[in-house]
Formats: sequence, structure tokens, C-alpha cells
Amino acid sequence: MKKNFLAGKVLLIISLCILGIPLSGNMDKVNAFSNQVIQHGAVGDDVIELQSRLQYLGFYNGKIDGVFGWGTYWALRNFQYEFGLPIDGLAGQATKNKLLKASKYNEQYVKEQINKGNKFKHYGGRDLEKQTKPQQGGAAGGNNQQQQTPKQPTATNVPNGFSENDIQLMANAVYGESRGEPYTGQVAVAAVILNRVNSASFPNTVSGVIFEPRAFTAVADGQIWLTPNETAKKAVLDAINGWDPTGEALYYFNPDTATSGWIWTRPQIKRIGKHIFCK
Amino acid sequence: MLRGILIGVLALGVAGTAFWGYQEHREKNAILINAENNYQRAFHDLTYQIDLLHDKIGTTLAMNSRASLSPELADVWRLTSEAHSDVGQLPLSLLPFNKTEEFLSNIGDFSYRTAVRDLEKEPLSEEEYQTLKQLYKQSADVQQDLRKVQHIALEKNLRWMDVEMALASNKEAADNTIIDGFKTVEKTVEGYDETNFGPAFVNMQKKDENYKYLEGKEITEEQAAQIGKKYARLGNNVNIRVTENGKGSDYGFFSVSIQNKKTNEEANMDITKKGGYPIWFILDRKFSKQKVSLNEASNNAVKFLKENGFKDLDLFESAQYDNLGVFTFVSNQEGVRIYPDAIRVKVALDNGKMAAFSAEDYLKSHHQREIPEPAISAEEARGKINPQLKVMEDRRAVIMNDLNQEVSCYEFLGTLGEDTYRIYINAETGQEEKVEKLKNAEPVFEDVV
Repeated sequence: MKKNFLAGKVLLIISLCILGIPLSGNMDKVNAFSNQVIQHGAVGDDVIELQSRLQYLGFYNGKIDGVFGWGTYWALRNFQYEFGLPIDGLAGQATKNKLLKASKYNEQYVKEQINKGNKFKHYGGRDLEKQTKPQQGGAAGGNNQQQQTPKQPTATNVPNGFSENDIQLMANAVYGESRGEPYTGQVAVAAVILNRVNSASFPNTVSGVIFEPRAFTAVADGQIWLTPNETAKKAVLDAINGWDPTGEALYYFNPDTATSGWIWTRPQIKRIGKHIFCK
Repeated sequence: MLRGILIGVLALGVAGTAFWGYQEHREKNAILINAENNYQRAFHDLTYQIDLLHDKIGTTLAMNSRASLSPELADVWRLTSEAHSDVGQLPLSLLPFNKTEEFLSNIGDFSYRTAVRDLEKEPLSEEEYQTLKQLYKQSADVQQDLRKVQHIALEKNLRWMDVEMALASNKEAADNTIIDGFKTVEKTVEGYDETNFGPAFVNMQKKDENYKYLEGKEITEEQAAQIGKKYARLGNNVNIRVTENGKGSDYGFFSVSIQNKKTNEEANMDITKKGGYPIWFILDRKFSKQKVSLNEASNNAVKFLKENGFKDLDLFESAQYDNLGVFTFVSNQEGVRIYPDAIRVKVALDNGKMAAFSAEDYLKSHHQREIPEPAISAEEARGKINPQLKVMEDRRAVIMNDLNQEVSCYEFLGTLGEDTYRIYINAETGQEEKVEKLKNAEPVFEDVV
């Protein structure tokens, strides 16, 4: 009992030490980007720093979310224009050096705000204390410097034309229909859903296609409401981003379990895993 | 005494069970009825829409003034889309009912196309007028058939839930009037040859051009296996399986599956028979932590495309999804971006190598185009844009418009408030072809997956 207690204490001290090192390091060292070239679409710490520094100089007014979107892109280009750099929208070495010289970045402050889910800004020449507001504070006060930032990771790239919820719904359907299938087979099922949306013979929305009565067994027997895994979601993203392993199929069926004779009359394109895909 | 209590308890138990059973029964019925009601609503809505549709097409035929035609045609378009959604809600997808849906969508296409056009400048042609007449006649037939079904259904008090049961048990009861009725509707529509709609009438499925621009000789299975091996880069210790396309495919292709015997990493791809072009490729493996930047990955993607003979491409979009980078390239012909020619490459950010790509759109549409000299200048085109918008970039481009035609445009990238828009102005007519609001990053809601 006592030994255990001692061991726990030692562990606690060690872990405190480990935690302490990077913390103190952060305070001392001059923060700088890693040596990657940051481009449109990137996510991560470098993007957070880029957005913070651009905001410090007043180029970027959006929220610091760690996703290099259009707002960041124009801010960066404006910065490059003002500072006489080649305007390419890429944060390369020269651009980053200029940024480092011209701006300050309080990493600890920014990270802390993001982790706490606070609304915050990182403008230069102003008291940081006044640029943050705890989440509970709400949008009261009408201060247009406050913007909402959810907890980390704060934002994500989403393909044009689809929302995260569409992707989720599709992932549910794909998982319910084909969780035992190889990855390509899962992409294929997602592609069939999208082909149906584009087809004249089916409803024109993702939900319309999925919930079309008797269209998918997983919808009929409730398996669609199982929690999908990451693979299913990746497969859906691939399909939305333009991968169609089916050769434009509109139907598929499992030849071992298919009950409808009609489905066999469809022209078959190919087989992936257990499913036959047809027109 | 004891017996009395026992009897009392048992009696209570029986009464309780009976009550519970009754409750359950009622609940079940309530749900059944609810479902039934939904189907009924969709069905009656559908017949109603078709009724209206028929009348509307009739009035457009009778109309003399071109100016009033547009709103009427727009209304037809709206009705077809509503009828379409009603069909989608009926439990008919196991019936070969898609001809009717296609018919609806053809009317929709036709009316949309004519409604958005400036009919003052470009009135309905004689051919279009004939098409309209034909549509009117056909909608009358569909309306008749549907009404018949509706009538019988009402008279005999037929339930959609029974149709559902019949379809589920796959015993098509001899007098399942609804199913039979819908089969009749379908047959009537099937009788309408698609050529009725005239040559300018592209059906969604017909627009597929089946890789007509590809050049080269037919490849053999052996060659396909070699091509697959080259793309997969899984070494020599691999199992390769090549299968030919099924009979139902519009074009010939080989599906190649390559599996590394040791690591079990698997790659799949389709290759066109003609010329041996890669349609798509997917490598299935576990991706570990990011080590390569998105920029480096995009350079690798460019290198990969160059190595495999895809030339004159612009990087159009790049996005990072966790440890994967997805890049979209479009071809560039003498400084004009050709958006229909798109290639997508996915690069794993753990080792910076290509993990998947899809060249389907590119292979189907890429060819040397005759791009006409623009009839209006970039300045004139800019004048057509909403003055609120701050234009940041402009270039020339060829895009697919709403009517599935390639048009030469000026493309403008601009901002309005926090949002970025992409606007295409037709370089011939100055018409605004397309306005797209570009997606911002979406905030993550917790516990979604």
C-alpha cells in the first residue's frame, strides 16, 4: 500500500517534470514556423501561427482555426503585396522570415485560448487580456473582435457542395451496407449513392437517395444507425472527391443474399468484394 | 383463503397481460398507420402533381405571348421536381419504375432549359414546340394510368403497407393492383422512345462519352497486369489478379488487383482496354503520422503526373484531410483553364507518395479544343459582376454550365465580406453562367464520429 503510494508520487513528479520542460521552453524560445512551405488547404500548428501572425498585423480578420482557407489565402497575398514579396499565396521561407520580423506570436496564449474553446483575437498593439472572452460569456457586448472558436481540432476541410453532416449520413449508410467489404468496396458503395444523386432516375439529394424506401437494406433494418468507423468516412470522402471504382454503377447487390429476381436483369459492370455492381 | 388470493393474483396477472398486449397492439397499429399515411401522402401528391403538370403544359401550348411563357415553364419545372421527389418516397424501388422517373426528369430538363432562356430574343423553335406537344400527350397518358391506379386504390381501400409486404415476401399476389397498376404506368412510359425528345435533348445517361477521345491500341490482360504493377509499386513479391469488365459496361476496362504477399497492402485499379490508360487507382494501407508538408506532397503529385504522361495541368485545389492530401488538377490549354478535364491525386502525408488518383473525368473529356476568341473583353465581363464584390483574380476558363454544355468564360475570384466567390461570365454573351460560393472550413462539432 505504502509502496504503491510512493511509486505514484515518483510518477507524478516525473510527469510534472516532463510537462514542465516544453512549457518553460515555450516561454523562452523565439517561436518560429517549421520549415515547410504552407499552402492553401493545409492544416495544423503552422497554419495557426500563420493566421495569428497575419492577424497581429491586421491582415487576417477571420478566426484562428488552423485551416488554411480562402480567408487566410487573401490575407497572405495582401501581406505579400504590402511587403513587396512575390504574390503567390504560398508561405515560403522569404515570406515566413518577413512575417517573423514584422510580427509577434504568443503561442502560449493562442494555444491556451484554442484549448479552452474561448473566443479570442490576436491583434498586435493591444492588450491580449482584452481580446479573449471565456466561452460562457456568449456573444454579448456586440464587440466585433470576438469570434467563436470551438475546441480543438477547431476546424476541418470539407469538399465543396457537401457538409460534414452529409458526409456523416453517407458514412452511416456505407458502414451499414458494407462494413465487411474491402476499402475499395466501401468507396464503391459511396460512389453508387453519389451516382444515384446525379442520375435522372433517382432523387436529387443524398438523404433522398439513402432514405428512398427499400433502396438500401441497411436503412430498412436499422443498421444505418450503427456508429461508422474512420474507414467508412475516408471511403465517403474519396467518393465525394471524385473516385468512382464502379464504372458509374447505379445498383449493387450481394449475389448470395439478393431476393429480388429483377436485380439480376440489370447489366452488370463488375464485381468488388461480395458485391456485384450494375447499371 | 390461500386459493382465493392465488386466484385473485392470477386474475390480475391475466388482466394485466391483456391490457399490456392491447397497448402494444395499439402502438404497433399507430406506427403502421403512420407509415401508411406517409406512403399515401406521397402517392396522392404524385397524382396531384401529374394532374397539375399536364394542365400546365397544356396552358403553355395555348399561350401566345412569349413573355408569359417563361414563368409558366419554370412552374412546370418546379412541378416535375416535386413529382420526382414523391416518386422517390414510394416503396417502388424494386419495381423497374425508373422509366417514369426519367420521363419526369426529361420534362424537367426541357422546361428548365426553355424557361431560363430569354424567349424574347430566342423564342421556342418549331422543333421545341413539337416536343412540347408530345410531352403534353405523354403526360396525359401517364396521368390517365396513375388516375386509374388511384381510383382502384381508393375504391378497394388498398394499403401501401400491403404492397410493402408483398414486395418483402417476394410473392407477388395475383391481384396486387397497385403493383400491377404501376407496372402499366411504367410500360406506357417505356413505349416513348427517347428519340422523341430530339437531338438537342441530352439525357443524363446519354451524355457519357465513353472515352471517345482516347487513342491507342487495345491492350492485353498481361499488359494490364504490368501497368498495374508499375502504378502500385508494391515490389515484385505480389499476387496480381486481372478481371475483365462485366457485360453491362459501356466501355472496355480491366480491373487489376495487386497484393503484396508480405505486408498485405493492396492496390486496386481500372485500366481502359483502349490504350491502357489508368482510370482510377486506390492503395489500401494504414497511414501513419504526417511527416511531409502539404506543399511537398503537391510537388510530388505534380511529379507523379508528369512521369505518367499527364501534361499541361494547373493545380486547382488542394486540401488536407488528416494525414492525406487531396489535389485537383485541371488542364490548361494556351492559358485557358479547362475545368471539365480534372484529375485528382491523393498523396499520403506519412511518406509523401501517391496513394490514390482518379483520371476518369480527364480521360473522358480531354482533347484539343477550339476555343473561340472572346466576343467581349475582360473589362466588359467584369462590369457584369455584382459591384459589391471585390475581384481578386481573373482568368479565362472553359466550364460545363447548368445545361451540360461546355462554354468559354471569364472566371473571376472575388470576396464579399468574409466569403470568397467564383463567378463565370460567358465570354460570348456576357451572361452570368455560374456563381459559386467557395466553402470555408467547417467548424468541428464534437462527438460526431
